[in-house]
Amino acid sequence: MIRPLSRISAIFFKELAQLRRDRMTFGMVIMIPLIQLILFGYAINTNIRDIPVAVVDHSQTGISRVLIQMVEATRVVKVTERLTSIEEAETAIKAARVRAAFILPYDLSQRVARSPAANLGTPPSTDEETSRPVAQWIVDGSDTMIAGAIKSLRNMPLSELNRQAPNRSTPTFEVALFFNPEQRTAINIVPGLVGIILTMTMIMFTSAAIVRERERGNMEMLINTPVRPIELMIGKIIPYIFIGLVQTAIILGLGHLLFNVPFGDRILDLFVGTLLFIGASLSLGLVLSTIAQSQLQATQMTVFVLLPSILLSGFMFPYEGMPVIAQYIAEAFPATHFMRMIRGFVLRDAGLVELHRDVLWMCGFFVLGMIVAAFRFKKRLD
Amino acid sequence: MSSTGGDIVIRAEGLVKSFKGFRAVDGLDLTIERGMIYGFLGPNGSGKTTAMRMLTGLLTPTEGTVEVLGLSVPKDAETLKYKIGYMTQAFSLYGDLTVLENLTFMATIYGLPSKRKKQRIAEVMERYELSDLGDRFAGKMSGGQRQRLALATAVLHEPQLLFLDEPTSAVDPESRRHFWEQLFDLVDGGTSIVVTTHFMDEAERCHKIAIMEAGQKRADGAPKDLMAAMGANVVEIEGPNLREIRRKLLGTEGIITAAQLGARLRVLVREDIADPEAFLKTKDETNGATLIEKVRPNLEDVFVTATGEGRQ
Repeated sequence: MIRPLSRISAIFFKELAQLRRDRMTFGMVIMIPLIQLILFGYAINTNIRDIPVAVVDHSQTGISRVLIQMVEATRVVKVTERLTSIEEAETAIKAARVRAAFILPYDLSQRVARSPAANLGTPPSTDEETSRPVAQWIVDGSDTMIAGAIKSLRNMPLSELNRQAPNRSTPTFEVALFFNPEQRTAINIVPGLVGIILTMTMIMFTSAAIVRERERGNMEMLINTPVRPIELMIGKIIPYIFIGLVQTAIILGLGHLLFNVPFGDRILDLFVGTLLFIGASLSLGLVLSTIAQSQLQATQMTVFVLLPSILLSGFMFPYEGMPVIAQYIAEAFPATHFMRMIRGFVLRDAGLVELHRDVLWMCGFFVLGMIVAAFRFKKRLD
Repeated sequence: MSSTGGDIVIRAEGLVKSFKGFRAVDGLDLTIERGMIYGFLGPNGSGKTTAMRMLTGLLTPTEGTVEVLGLSVPKDAETLKYKIGYMTQAFSLYGDLTVLENLTFMATIYGLPSKRKKQRIAEVMERYELSDLGDRFAGKMSGGQRQRLALATAVLHEPQLLFLDEPTSAVDPESRRHFWEQLFDLVDGGTSIVVTTHFMDEAERCHKIAIMEAGQKRADGAPKDLMAAMGANVVEIEGPNLREIRRKLLGTEGIITAAQLGARLRVLVREDIADPEAFLKTKDETNGATLIEKVRPNLEDVFVTATGEGRQ
């Protein structure tokens, strides 16, 4: 029992000494979470406001000017151009100067008068006349989020035109928003960012771990020592477990300070879950490292694994929106499970028990990864 | 231990290693006795390193059997690793670790108890003149210093058998001499050593050598015995126009090879020619030579007769 521990500690202290001298890597450990947290925390926002739009006002009446002000008052759009023809508006959209154009027709006043939205009390004459909208939006629909934001204006009430209080219609459903009632994007992004950054750094660091020994010419000596493959793997990942925990602390701590994201009451669950995810990511990196022939190849493979694991994890796009096959693929990556876990711990006050499926899967991934890596590592040169 | 007698440290039979059809080692038989320095002498690509790697269990033999210190290799290679030391051809310790860190790493990985570890590290640092270099990065040291560190780490766990793969190819002659003195000290302490080299003077220091070519053993034995049993006499010729004499002699019946050494031409004459001096003197080709005399053969002559075109 002494000898395996002794060999693991030999590898561990060696890795630690090398890591300490690798300024670049050491800097990345701190800088990656720091910069990405600040960048994404402030930059990513799914509540879209002030979309630049053009206005083509054929009507040129008091009503048209009030209507434009009402639309601007929603803060969804911001009028940046006033144009005279629809053709000009289309050109502006093509050139991406604006994302949409607001077209007010010549007969705007009549349309408003007959529109039930304005609620002027004028009895509608025919069905065809009342069903006419008052104005039109031409939208650059390529970005679904922008399109969705402008679509939300579709049923805007017009009663304010008549100096009436807006018609407070009773909604069909009542929606109560748990966990993030203010709908702040950072609440969702910051815990998710822990998963992204850990995936990135953990896989990146370990994918080079074994192949570096080969590339720097240390392999022949190393495999001549009595160290066992599994001891080598364990010794190599321990320093990175600490690094992963430090990174998690940086992200969640700063996330709390800057974006007021809660830690949740499940600190122990959070710790265990993060530890499991770090382990799973490290073992994945080690497997890549036993496949790669050079550090360059290891980096290429890391990128190949990183992109799907980030994009399918549910960090940016909801897991539920993906087709079933993509969901199966997403389930294979530890990041998907961790995304669910950490949002559960931090935001929903869930624990390891509630999320036991993800916990078990992560354990399995870690153990399997270590076995595969150790099995693939041959203490032979042929 | 096993059927192998206590005096035999390595026994290999019919050893073959093929790499995609190329036979790097081709039917090698070896018997190496305890307490000696055994050398593999041969040019690059002659299979020395491949043979050594099969003996340490780093490569799996395509054919043949290996028994090292009574253990079957590669089956028991992991047990064997505690009993052997290995110094790789290229420096393979960690350049970004200091001398002390490298030694500590190796001592820990071999599981030396902590008291013994400190003691052994101090011992080898003292013996291999590393005491003042403890904090130096291995990557920043000279060739000679690295070689001493590599030897120090290889013997840290006091192996019975030491494998050295071209240990002196990156060091100056002074360090080389010194290195060999240290090897003899180790042998004196009971260690057996297997070394590969392409230097004749190094091979001559070995107790026994195997001359390797194209993956095969061309000759083996003590350098002195090999020289005695060479199958050729050596005659040196002095005079003008040595290049021309050499050209004429090559291809002549009874002449194995001729090579110029400074102002002399060293000619290997087949052994069945009774009086090689007279034989050469009577030849037209040696006209103008001022001196023709028989000399003592050296290991290079043995090597030349045993390998290449000189092989009969």
